[in-house]
Amino acid sequence: MLRLTELSAGYGAFTAVHGLSLAVAPASVFALVGANGAGKSSTIMAIAGHVTVQGGQVELDGQDITALPVARRVSRGIALVPEGRRLFGDLSVRDNLMIGGYARPRRDEAENRARVIEMFPRLGERLDQAAGTLSGGEQQMLAIGRALMARPRLLMVDEVSLGLMPAAIDVCYAAIRRLKEAGVSVLLVEQSTARALEIADRVCVLESGRAVWQGSAEEARKDPAMIEAYMGLAKV
Amino acid sequence: MEYEITLMTLAGIAVIAALGLNLITGFCGQISLGHAAFYGAGAYGAAMLTTNGVSFWLALPAGALVAGALGLVVGLASLRVRHDFLAITTMGVGFLFIGVVRQQDALGGEMGIYAIPDPGLGRLGYMVLVVVLAGLVAAFSLYLKRSWMGFAFDAIADDEDTALMVGIDVARYKLAAFAMGTAIAGVAGVLYAHEIKYIGPDSFGFPESIAMLAMVAVGGIGSVGGVAFAAVVMTVLPHWLQVVAEYKLLLYGALLFAVMRFSPGGLAGLVRSWRTRAGGFRIAATGKVEP
Repeated sequence: MLRLTELSAGYGAFTAVHGLSLAVAPASVFALVGANGAGKSSTIMAIAGHVTVQGGQVELDGQDITALPVARRVSRGIALVPEGRRLFGDLSVRDNLMIGGYARPRRDEAENRARVIEMFPRLGERLDQAAGTLSGGEQQMLAIGRALMARPRLLMVDEVSLGLMPAAIDVCYAAIRRLKEAGVSVLLVEQSTARALEIADRVCVLESGRAVWQGSAEEARKDPAMIEAYMGLAKV
Repeated sequence: MEYEITLMTLAGIAVIAALGLNLITGFCGQISLGHAAFYGAGAYGAAMLTTNGVSFWLALPAGALVAGALGLVVGLASLRVRHDFLAITTMGVGFLFIGVVRQQDALGGEMGIYAIPDPGLGRLGYMVLVVVLAGLVAAFSLYLKRSWMGFAFDAIADDEDTALMVGIDVARYKLAAFAMGTAIAGVAGVLYAHEIKYIGPDSFGFPESIAMLAMVAVGGIGSVGGVAFAAVVMTVLPHWLQVVAEYKLLLYGALLFAVMRFSPGGLAGLVRSWRTRAGGFRIAATGKVEP
């Protein structure tokens, strides 16, 4: 589905991601974990086309998309739920969803919106409310819903659990599970390794923009070094 | 009656120019402090043609084309700068336009262009043409606002980066907004030149750009009805009240300050909040939420 080969990316002269290689399989959840400033967000922003790729290659379904403009990547099936949600706060929930489906034919809008509302019924009750007035959990649901309006094949979610109540996190994680079952690949950025391992099939740990550990979630759960370093369960 | 016809014609021209700026600044969120330059480009382009024997009906679209082409060039610059930097860039375009016009003998230099031919429609006919065109521009603005392009403009005005994230081709829409808004300003310029029969560099200076911006801000940024209403009132009032005419710029400045401080949504924002309050009273009175 998605393959990064020796990807380096950054801002001007600064390199945030150094030679990262990974592969996200179809209908799977891949978690990028690591501390603040590890290069997780820069990686997905580079895949989405918002951060300059300084070296290496990004492939989607075997096709090189490294130099494609952002809009073309979206129409090829890559959608991003950015950190901080970045909703259009003055616009209604309905309009946010409509704009999310910009890359899709307009005739599909009602069907796509119904699909999103089925996943997040709360949004259906708030369709005419301004997005900026929603609760944090509802805003995160709307951010995911807006991305789903583009009917992505690869959904990238940045810090889905940041600042949310546990109940809201559960709703968002349940949605990610359902998307995986529906055949969507998910690239998840999480600071909480333990949370990410609940739903991830594969995990990559980043430190200072470099991959320091990569493997299946099963292997991660059994690796004592992983547990000690990244899950806050150090042996005493 | 002649006086009222002139007033109505000038008000219609102001509506067209202000709605052109509203498309760029109100719909797409791109601040422009040099809109008078495009108004002037249309006026000069058409006046050059009609004073050389070309028909007014050909000069009208030609003026729009000249202004739209200039707007496209400025739009290209807008792709690299944002917010206050864009405001300064567009202000620079306004000064540049005046500077070039002053230095070009072919454009009449300091003296401007005199004796611009009458379109031959009569005073009343010309007023009807202006009002019809103003109506068409207003209708086009309303259509655009409710279209897919209008939604894309809304998204760009709200947050350009996020608009790009959802796949909106931000560059293309910004260019489209500049091209359309400035072409509309060009139409207003052509109509102005053929109404007054004289144009000079001072007709399209920085104060004119600020006056147009004041019409947009006072009417309500992005509101078609509000901007059209403000354009009419702010054109007519200086002609009716001598004191307003004498202190026009001072009043426009004060109005801009007052609107930004007390009602950033302009007149349209005030009307919306009154309606909301009235709705609230209805709910309170009946105890039911009315749709």
